[in-house]
Amino acid sequence: MSEPLRIVVAKPGLDGHDRGAKVVARTLRDAGHEVIYTGLRRTAQQIVETVRDEDARFLGLSSLSGAHNHLFPKVCELLVKEGLDDVIVFGGGIIPFEDRDILFSCGMKAIFGPGTPTAEILDFIVEACEISDAGVGQNGEWHWESTA
Amino acid sequence: MRGESLDLQLVSDAIKGNRRAIARVLSSLENRSVTLAQIKTEFSSIFVESNTDSWSSIAVTGAPGVGKSCLIDKILIDWSSKGIKTALLAIDPSSPRTGGALLGDRVRITAIDNEEYKDLIYIRSIATRKSSGSAPLIVSDMVEFLSAIGWDRVIIETVGSGQSEVRCAAITDRIVVVEGPARGDGVQAEKAGLLELADAVIVNKSDISGASQHASEIRESFELGLGQTPPIILTSAISGEGIDVASSVLLELEDTGRSKRAKWRERLLAEYERKILESDKLEEILENLAIGSMSIEDALKVLGDD
Repeated sequence: MSEPLRIVVAKPGLDGHDRGAKVVARTLRDAGHEVIYTGLRRTAQQIVETVRDEDARFLGLSSLSGAHNHLFPKVCELLVKEGLDDVIVFGGGIIPFEDRDILFSCGMKAIFGPGTPTAEILDFIVEACEISDAGVGQNGEWHWESTA
Repeated sequence: MRGESLDLQLVSDAIKGNRRAIARVLSSLENRSVTLAQIKTEFSSIFVESNTDSWSSIAVTGAPGVGKSCLIDKILIDWSSKGIKTALLAIDPSSPRTGGALLGDRVRITAIDNEEYKDLIYIRSIATRKSSGSAPLIVSDMVEFLSAIGWDRVIIETVGSGQSEVRCAAITDRIVVVEGPARGDGVQAEKAGLLELADAVIVNKSDISGASQHASEIRESFELGLGQTPPIILTSAISGEGIDVASSVLLELEDTGRSKRAKWRERLLAEYERKILESDKLEEILENLAIGSMSIEDALKVLGDD
């Protein structure tokens, strides 16, 4: 078996709802990955430093506060600035479909809304690993079309 | 896969303090795509024997929920304020069923959120990955690398349960066992093994009644035995009581010598395991064992000849 993937699951900003993040973390753990959970109310800078120090390949961001259009691009921007452009970023939470194109244009590769089957997140991880330019700063064309 | 062989530029960057490079080198060590021996061959000058009596790695261990992470957080704040560069390797078990792990020790470490201190602290979460290798050896390589590139002190945080975690603790220079009140009489026997290895005991949660009584009981039990009694310190990670004492006692902590035999036993086992895992005959031996053309005794003989 290959080495487990290291994945950071983070809650940026002032948002105390972490049921979703915990469900995703648990799903990824049960799929054999090593999940580093940051806890609540992290700043973009703190999240990026965690990804850097933990050498994570994926970063999952969760937001239910409505501030995703502010917080997620900020994290993406800082990741690139720190030279972490090959990290693959995905997000989840209450994120309307009309907001998602902006997030994809920032380099995010999937946005999962409420009701997403957990298996779909795992499928995304597998597919993203196969794509050579899925990193946040690699300007790849591809992103995952989620069902919810 | 990233990093199939030794990337000299990467190691040079890590030595210069580039955090991403440090993280990547640690991953290569963890994945066994690079060995510490390879790094030592190329960069022998950074691996110097220290001639001080002071320690460079310390294990903080104890049962789940006694407050190890919170205590370490407070100690990190104290050491950082003194300008000491500290790396924390936080070890959690991998699921034996899926190999996955949820690494949550960072959640409680607030010291790194302080702008003034964050460059003095490096935190890395490590899963034991029982199936693919041996955590104690990986941790021991990581500690040696971090010390060589200028991290003054390395703390290993382990859960004082499984064998693998205790062995992680045994590869460090010093071992601190964290205890808490209300752990009950029923756990005395279980504690024995772990306390035997302790160079210091911290009884945390002194804000809860029963803590000082528990500390006295531990002291008594040490005094009944042979050898020097290690420092026993009462702390409360919540109120901050005793933290300054614990921080300075740990910095100057001496090897009690009591645990020497037990530590060497664990190290010997870890090294022996490494010898087996790193033998180029391993694959062939496993193959032969699986098809029944070799016995375990023969296999041990072959491995012993290396």
